[in-house]
Amino acid sequence: MIYILPIILFLIALFGIVVKRNLIKIIISISIMEYAIFLFFALIGYRVEGVPPIEVEGVRYVKFVDPLPQALVLTAIVIGLATTALLVAIAVRIYQKYGTFDIEKMRKLKG
Amino acid sequence: MILGAILAIWVSNLVAAVVSMGIVGFGLALCFLFLEAPDLAIVQIVVEILSLVIILAAIMKTTPEDTKEARGPLRMTMYIGGAVFFIIFLVSFIRICGLLPEFGSPVLRMAGDYIGSGLQKTGAPNLVAAIILNFRGYDTLGEATVLFAAVVGLIVVLRKVGRKR
Repeated sequence: MIYILPIILFLIALFGIVVKRNLIKIIISISIMEYAIFLFFALIGYRVEGVPPIEVEGVRYVKFVDPLPQALVLTAIVIGLATTALLVAIAVRIYQKYGTFDIEKMRKLKG
Repeated sequence: MILGAILAIWVSNLVAAVVSMGIVGFGLALCFLFLEAPDLAIVQIVVEILSLVIILAAIMKTTPEDTKEARGPLRMTMYIGGAVFFIIFLVSFIRICGLLPEFGSPVLRMAGDYIGSGLQKTGAPNLVAAIILNFRGYDTLGEATVLFAAVVGLIVVLRKVGRKR
């Protein structure tokens, strides 16, 4: 049942995306959603009394945690950084054009 | 971490919101350390610092003030919609939670093979690096493609010289 914690984090971020109207707040919420998913993956791969999946010479078959979700999350973290940077760049461009981060005002300005 | 997330959503100053997001990110790095994933913790710390710096730079260039909330029925509709999302996802997740493997004993269908013969096949002692760069090298190639696309998009969006009108 410990899986419920990342899901609650995810849902808080989802609530933020639905309710908030500031672009930067929405970007922050998306980042928090990503973190929740990473935490979920790391929790799935965990083994009780496991050790990090690094083979030490001389020690044969100690109990490793699952390395596969860790590899996937490692890829996803870097992609998350790139996506956040792109979103922030687009938000700054929108601010330069409209002078506001409010998505409601943007729609009105478009006329 | 959950408190940090709530703070990040609710606080009305954007700089404070970014700092709260930092709480969540570094808490995540700490969680990775406790879950025996040191590679992830290192990468998470570096990426967290970079993304905080990026968002802070954007806020410094623009404005640190949050926008006003909507008034009247629109605001009610938004909050009710958010609450409905929250409850539906929570209930459905609690229902499927029983299908997941027990915490602490994952299904090692693929990873058992990687753990058993990773050192002989790749010669890399770190199994995470072995999986990323060897068993699943095409994933990493795709990741590099996505990174490249994102950087190209950044340059296109932020360039100074526009098209001549």
